Amino acid sequence: MELFDLAALELGAKIRAREIGVEEAVRACLARMEEKEPQVHAFIRVTREQALRRAREVQRGIDEGVYTGPLAGVPMAVKDLISTRDVETTCASRMLEHYVPVFDATVMQKLQEAGAVCLGKTNMDEFAMGSTTESSYFGVTHNPWNLSRVPGGSSGGSAAAVAAREVFYALGSDTGGSIRQPASFCGVTGLKPTYGAVSRYGLLAYASSLDQIGPLAIDARDAAAVTRVIMGRDALDATSVDAPLPGMPEGDALSGLRVGVPEDYFGEGLDEQVRERVMGAARELQARGAQLVPVRMPELAYAIPAYYVLACAEASSNLSRYDGVKYGYRPKHFEDLHDLYLRSRSEGFGPEVKRRIMLGAFALSSGYYGAYYNKALQVKALIKRAFDRCFEQADLLITPAAPTTAYPLGSNTDDPIKMYLGDIYTVSVNMAGLPGLCFPCGFDEQGLPVGAQLIGPAFSEERLLRAAHAYQLHTPYHRQHPGEE
Amino acid sequence: MATYEMVIGLEVHVELATRTKIFCGCTTRFGGAPNTHTCPICTGMPGTLPVVNRKVIEFAIATGLATNCEITRRNKFDRKNYFYPDLPKAYQISQLYLPICRNGHVDIETAAGRKAVGIHEIHMEEDAGKLMHDPWLDQTMVDYNRCGVPLLEIVSEPDMRSAEEVIAYLTRLRQTLQYLGVSDCKMQEGSLRADVNLSVRPAGSSKLGTRTEMKNLNSFKAIARAIAGEYRRQVELIEDGKPVLQQTRRWDDNKDTSFAMRSKEDAQDYRYFPEPDLPPMEISDAWIEQIQARQPEMADARAARYQRDFGLTAYDARLLTEEKPVADLFEATVEGCGRPRETAGWIMGEMMARMKEKQPEQLMLEPQALARIVTLVAEGKLNRQSAREVFFYAFDGGTDVDGYVAAHGLQTVADDSAYETVIADVLERCAADVRAYREGNAKVFGFLVGQTMKALGGKADPKKVNALLRRKLGEAT
Repeated sequence: MELFDLAALELGAKIRAREIGVEEAVRACLARMEEKEPQVHAFIRVTREQALRRAREVQRGIDEGVYTGPLAGVPMAVKDLISTRDVETTCASRMLEHYVPVFDATVMQKLQEAGAVCLGKTNMDEFAMGSTTESSYFGVTHNPWNLSRVPGGSSGGSAAAVAAREVFYALGSDTGGSIRQPASFCGVTGLKPTYGAVSRYGLLAYASSLDQIGPLAIDARDAAAVTRVIMGRDALDATSVDAPLPGMPEGDALSGLRVGVPEDYFGEGLDEQVRERVMGAARELQARGAQLVPVRMPELAYAIPAYYVLACAEASSNLSRYDGVKYGYRPKHFEDLHDLYLRSRSEGFGPEVKRRIMLGAFALSSGYYGAYYNKALQVKALIKRAFDRCFEQADLLITPAAPTTAYPLGSNTDDPIKMYLGDIYTVSVNMAGLPGLCFPCGFDEQGLPVGAQLIGPAFSEERLLRAAHAYQLHTPYHRQHPGEE
Repeated sequence: MATYEMVIGLEVHVELATRTKIFCGCTTRFGGAPNTHTCPICTGMPGTLPVVNRKVIEFAIATGLATNCEITRRNKFDRKNYFYPDLPKAYQISQLYLPICRNGHVDIETAAGRKAVGIHEIHMEEDAGKLMHDPWLDQTMVDYNRCGVPLLEIVSEPDMRSAEEVIAYLTRLRQTLQYLGVSDCKMQEGSLRADVNLSVRPAGSSKLGTRTEMKNLNSFKAIARAIAGEYRRQVELIEDGKPVLQQTRRWDDNKDTSFAMRSKEDAQDYRYFPEPDLPPMEISDAWIEQIQARQPEMADARAARYQRDFGLTAYDARLLTEEKPVADLFEATVEGCGRPRETAGWIMGEMMARMKEKQPEQLMLEPQALARIVTLVAEGKLNRQSAREVFFYAFDGGTDVDGYVAAHGLQTVADDSAYETVIADVLERCAADVRAYREGNAKVFGFLVGQTMKALGGKADPKKVNALLRRKLGEAT
């Protein structure tokens, strides 16, 4: 079997069995990057030297029995908004082009303890604001399945890197669908864990009450293994909670599982081929013993505007610290303090980031707070209750992850509203703080991957992973990758 | 001319005496080279998150309980957004919607009588850093050491009507905070800062005038002067038919005048919203009860105990307990010498006379030193005059009392024969006075004592001189 036909856990097993050396695996990935990156551009920064040094260190650790976990030695990558000590963490922004953190994010520490070898920082929409990875200051990422298409976003670099098998898994972050939508567009398995399941310490915040870190992986078992490493309460994140780790998914029996199909997710605006593939996935779950139940969620209609008010409001505050005073972009010449602020932020941020900061600052300003921010909080509570209602009838829900497959680069850049509407199936999951998983469920007629989304109650990661794994035992899509050109 | 009444409310910021900052593990110690008491969290580095120091909550609750407040059970923090280089996150984590304490009061007593000053609310927040302008380099530097030091903001109702009431309120508040141990309240280090909100209105009117907020008040004296100045300024405006503008003003104590900093029109929109990084926190009855049970003995209770256990007068007991550092010194000294009355005498006399220009927390006098002085005096080994000299040494921080007494030869003459010789000499020298005394002029006795003391070089034990002199004068009859 080809190295790049392996999943992360399979490679991990071969490394532990000394069939492949860590450095050998890392060098193979670096060679593949040299081949793929010129077209795909999934990475902002490849940390070649550190990776090779780390590979030898991890190999020693494995030989000495320090690293015994299933992911030890497996090459991976992280989205460039997760703090990596001594390695630039840019958020794909000019603002942080030269910013080098002095500390590692909690997830990075946990991965290091598990023997991970990080190969670099992946591309993304600037400050995770976008659904195409086109707003990156460092250039666009191309969808490995069709280079003229977007990879989705904002974790487009992570999804593309895994789809192109440049690495075996990657970390992304998901505020309104930023793991699940690119997973859908790139044909990989992505999990947004329950809010609070994974520490956000070291994640450069977009919208603190919605952000979660999660894996983009080759299949559900890999996603489960990564989640088991990064999950857990962290003393440095007051919103993190202690919850039992999801067990590794085994077997294909889903008998007794009630899978809700919310018709509101299959209405107007949904691409016909996407609908068919997702319904096909639902039927496959049924074939494994699950029972399909129709559920309703009309509140979905309010999700997008409420989400954008909340996310932008928090962003306007979270991004205020980028003021040119302590670190980050600062113009060479400025008149006074006000001018320093004005020019640092005008020149350091891209248009989409500025748009969202202004939107959020407006929603929080005195006189408008009640009409916007407070109203959006009410919608958030409404959506939470709607999900609770659905979960009285179903154990999990199956929906599309995005209304379409990957669209051509440049097609949404001039119409932000159109792009925002593409988040319709994912944002409500963040507003309710629930786990959501996206897995590949086929291809459209143009050969582009289609993803299905599973949504469960808080801390039902194990259930979602088990369902996706049962599906993957009987389908080939997660194993397919664009291969060699 | 109409008479005007002033209406004053206070916003007091107090730095809490927790060991570590409100949202990270950095020390809160004052001073330190710039930016050495900092970490990625308190300097707001990207990706960092706050975690609340539980001690801050406990101190806030203790303060609320001591000022008769209701404690908010479900606590939240909010973000106050504004740009300034001393605020590294560009927002301050504070409490707007649900302050931890509400609706309390502090009782004060002035010449006008007793009254309760309402506490509108007490909320928790983080301090900002400090900008330092270097005029030589024409550069502004930022020191983040104070960033994240926990603060309580104590907002009073506009219940005060004179500078005297304001000072009484502040004195009482500071005393409470010091006794609770929640703050050292050092105004000169900025750990207690008061902003004065003041308006005036014709006496008897119930309608409030337009208020101004006065900042940069660094001592009680400055506060009293600023109140007088602002009252005068507002009354003059009204008398001239000019409007009082709602402004924030900065007091310049050297120039005895204030300057407008900003007016209501350019007030900032802080875009407050609930802090998403800190989940709401429930304060349980059990927690409050636990804190209540641990409340330390407050000033009034201590004063009562001094009266009861040490037999001090109500006045003395109150004077000694006004400032906690003074009361602590008193108790520690009494523990060392077992003589409360004499100790009280030294503290209320010599010490307080010399403290006029000093804050009590700057006190260097060590209780063991004072206890030793009291003991030596009681044992007749040090007379009053020499003891004063030793006291000055101890007041400046000296601790080796016996060494000082020996080095300066201050101990009283112990040899009885020396007294006998000197007295015999004095009696002989002052034969006329001795005669007068024996003829019934009792006043002369003091003169003879003085002569003896002088002859003994001021180092005599006055009790001994008295006794011996009486005996000698008696013998000769």
